[in-house]
Amino acid sequence: MTAEFTAAEYKYGFTTDIDSEVFPKGLTEETVRAISAKKGEPPFLLEFRLKAFRKWKEMVEPHWLNAHYPPIDYQGISYYSEPKSKPRLESLSEIDPEILRTFEKLGIPLEEQKRISNVAVDIVFDSVSIGTTFRKKLEEAGVVLCSISEAVHRYPELIEKYLGTVVPAHDNFYAALNSAVFTDGSFVYIPKGVRSPMELSTYFRINEKETGQFERTLIIAESNSYVSYLEGCTAPAFDTNQLHAAVVELVAMEGAEIKYSTVQNWYSGDPKTGKGGIYNFVTKRGLCAGNRSKISWTQVEAGAAITWKYPSCILRGDDSVGEFYSVALTNGKMQADTGTKMIHIGKRTRSTIVSKGISADQSHNTYRGLVKILAKAEGARNYTQCDSMLVGDQCSANTFPVIDTAGNTAELEHEASTSKLNEEQIFYLQTRGLSKEEAIQLIVNGFCKEVIRELPLEFAQEAQKLLALKLEHSVG
Amino acid sequence: MNLLEIKDLYAEIEGKPILKGLHLKVGKGEIHAIMGPNGAGKSTLAKILAGHPSYEITNGEIWFKGQNLLEMEPEERVFLGLFMSFQYPLEIAGVSNRHFLQTALNAQRKGKGEISLTSDEFESLLERKMALMEIRPEFKERAVNEGFSGGEKKRNEILQMALFDPDLAILDETDSGLDIDAMRIVAAGVNKMRKSDTSLIVITHYQRLLDYIKPDFVHVLSDGKIAKTGGAELALELEAKGYQ
Repeated sequence: MTAEFTAAEYKYGFTTDIDSEVFPKGLTEETVRAISAKKGEPPFLLEFRLKAFRKWKEMVEPHWLNAHYPPIDYQGISYYSEPKSKPRLESLSEIDPEILRTFEKLGIPLEEQKRISNVAVDIVFDSVSIGTTFRKKLEEAGVVLCSISEAVHRYPELIEKYLGTVVPAHDNFYAALNSAVFTDGSFVYIPKGVRSPMELSTYFRINEKETGQFERTLIIAESNSYVSYLEGCTAPAFDTNQLHAAVVELVAMEGAEIKYSTVQNWYSGDPKTGKGGIYNFVTKRGLCAGNRSKISWTQVEAGAAITWKYPSCILRGDDSVGEFYSVALTNGKMQADTGTKMIHIGKRTRSTIVSKGISADQSHNTYRGLVKILAKAEGARNYTQCDSMLVGDQCSANTFPVIDTAGNTAELEHEASTSKLNEEQIFYLQTRGLSKEEAIQLIVNGFCKEVIRELPLEFAQEAQKLLALKLEHSVG
Repeated sequence: MNLLEIKDLYAEIEGKPILKGLHLKVGKGEIHAIMGPNGAGKSTLAKILAGHPSYEITNGEIWFKGQNLLEMEPEERVFLGLFMSFQYPLEIAGVSNRHFLQTALNAQRKGKGEISLTSDEFESLLERKMALMEIRPEFKERAVNEGFSGGEKKRNEILQMALFDPDLAILDETDSGLDIDAMRIVAAGVNKMRKSDTSLIVITHYQRLLDYIKPDFVHVLSDGKIAKTGGAELALELEAKGYQ
């Protein structure tokens, strides 16, 4: 492997010049109050934020992950930023053309998507949600997809009832921080018996330099409803690290199903020096509250300097199902410590974990998983599969699967493997007429097949391309 | 004009010289057997022809259909009509043999400026060729070479030769690791698959494969160059007397 191949340039490295309104750096109780006031929030939410803030102040920044990051200066971050021109939602032509051009560069043809695909797009640009398309069609079905700040005003009773119930404000250091200062995010509500008429999609993008993003997402699926939600992220290249501490909460009632898919491609820092890049410290958790409910997490984590997240399921309802399908790709100096927790509480609850880690260059890739089966979860079952692929000999892969079972009626299966993506495989495919890029794509997609096929079709293709693109320069 | 001409080829890997002044000419429709002791450079020659990146060419030229092969990527050589059957075919986990073969064939058609086959067209072609090679249909669904026996891997290689329809096929130790029945099937497959104008370079340790694939020329490769060239009888002689 030669060094010249390791400098994969970040394709999305540009910034947009938009006049932003930015809070001064620093975090005090006043900042929290100011965010709440700026957004005109009801008193319960201010209380929620203040409680979280007070908890957070007592907490200590955690460092137990299998990665290293310097202590973060939380007073050096600005906690609020919004584009100054606030367009209305009805027409895209009213959106700042600069923003539209940014999305074009990102390869998100919004007009195209509106016309040809059946996807509603809610764009979070920095912290304020700018546009929601397809709203009318969704409204007809009774499906709500809007920014969480809008939901605070339109559906305060739902926010008050569910916010912080799956991920409590004091859950962990970053969840507490998020609860105190979150500025926007998405809210989804699917009424009883409704199948969302389309896949719901949100593209996140950090734009303001040194503005931490504290997204908050809440999805509620009432009994016997179904929703598939897609989240995709890319970010421009900056030298200073940016903290992305999001919280995602899912609630599935009896017989409901939530499918949550993520393709994450934040800027991962300079591939040689490791300088810059996003810290992707995210708390994602779903509650299978009702019997026969199902929550499925699918993630393709291909960016960020550090990824630290465990999308988890609390299987409280009897016969409820939790799934976690993950591809984590690290290259350059990236570090990922990701996995899942499946907490079996209800009877005959089932969970499936399929984790694919790909590490290249000098990166570190860790799977960490917990399968916890409580005594009353009679007949619970889990299947776990952890596969690692190494590219080159300077990277590392670790898996830490933990099983904690109280009953003796549980059935657990665990499979694991480690393989190497090698030059000989690529050469073999080239002698069959594939280019090097096509060869890498075929091999990697084969390795990730069980995960990729869980993604909605258009996302699957995007993810396949992304994985191949990231590895092109890592295979000498 | 020769289909393939190798002139005074010197090649090394990690600083270690392997080929030391090799000359070879292969005409259209000819079958050349290359024999020789272990370490003589037989597999190196095959890999260099196919474009393996690990070898450094320190001297010499390789011309294929009048084009300078050494300036071409492995896949470009394929588009020009070159095929190599691997001694140790690689496994590709999670990729079905069908998907692999279709992807490869269409990549080649694209590279040659031809139109891709539809899935239906490909399927019927694949089924015909698989039947000829006596390969069971389930091999379409299995991951490429994964869990294949030695004989199954080699048959899968020859199946590719049949699908890709090359002008020159290099068979690198296609008989190694096969019992006599498996070898007979593979050799019969080569003969069935090969059009009369397809040239072959058959690299082998043993004469027995040449009972089934009759060479026009037999070359002895020793210490990085062709030490001796003869007709089919040379192989028998070598079998009896060894390489010394």
